Amino acid sequence: MPSKRRELQEINAGSMADIAFLLLVFFLVTTTMDSDWGLARRLPPPLDINQPEPPPIKDRNVFVVLANANDQLLVEGEILEINQLKEKAKEFIDNPNDIADLPEKKITKVKFFGNYPVSKQVISLQNDNGTSYDLYIQVQNELAAAYSELRNKLAAEKFGVSYDYLVESNDKPKIKAIRAIYPQRISEAEPKNVGGQ
Amino acid sequence: MSKFNKGKKREGGSISTASLPDIVFMLLFFFMVTTVMREVDLKVKLETPEATQIEKIENKSLVSYIYIGEPYDSKKYGTSSRIQLNDQFAKVLDVGPYVEQKRSEVNEVLIPKLITSMKVDEKTKMGIVTEVKQELRKVQALKINYATRERLNSN
Repeated sequence: MPSKRRELQEINAGSMADIAFLLLVFFLVTTTMDSDWGLARRLPPPLDINQPEPPPIKDRNVFVVLANANDQLLVEGEILEINQLKEKAKEFIDNPNDIADLPEKKITKVKFFGNYPVSKQVISLQNDNGTSYDLYIQVQNELAAAYSELRNKLAAEKFGVSYDYLVESNDKPKIKAIRAIYPQRISEAEPKNVGGQ
Repeated sequence: MSKFNKGKKREGGSISTASLPDIVFMLLFFFMVTTVMREVDLKVKLETPEATQIEKIENKSLVSYIYIGEPYDSKKYGTSSRIQLNDQFAKVLDVGPYVEQKRSEVNEVLIPKLITSMKVDEKTKMGIVTEVKQELRKVQALKINYATRERLNSN
């Protein structure tokens, strides 16, 4: 009857769970948790034709890494496996015994360290057009690992904490000092095309 | 009188499901907040190499992605590695305009912070990667990041 007063009815919330489940499943499916991780690098600026030729670098200061189309490595004229590269690179960068074949050192004033012999090392990397990207990244990774282990060691000796810890706590002056002693100098030569595509 | 009503038979009462929606909603909000929609549909096979010395890209809005790999639809596009920008295949020469497009979208102050992330399949040959890198150098997009997976058994 129209005159009868309607009772206030509650909305049935029983299907609420179903709706929520539906949405939940949608987001579960579309979600991607992977964040972007990777090796950060800086490319050299484009070549300027008018720029004067850079002064030649002595052979002993250059660590030559060549990778061919068959994914083989030639390091300083020696065939190496990828897992030997890091130790070889560390020995080169640090040159602890001042061997005549390894880089020269220049006494440089560095904050916290005073006058410190900094090695004039440069790593030169050249690959073929047919080298696989995987090997290229492995080489980059091993070289970065060599630098980071040396930096960690130096930071542990001087400051009692690892370099990674300094980076994490964003201790800029100390990071700068460590970087001044072990600057990451990886130069990439233009690739050759020997092995074909 | 026994303290614990041992003798009395318990009734098999059903568990209340009234709080179920709340629990589901909680999960729902969690996934809604953490979700990042896939930016593009990948048209190339992408298995990035593994590395240990990796860094995280903090600000995703400042990243432009370049995908390089073998096309999924190899019957149509062949098996040689291709470059993918946004949702379509591109040539090496398109990389420059693509980065400049990204540059024009962001605030001027943030331009030096722009990163180009190269997501390259591990089987790709270096030839095409180098061409892309030369193209990036030409447009002064010098900050790059090689996307890699984390290698777990680091030694």
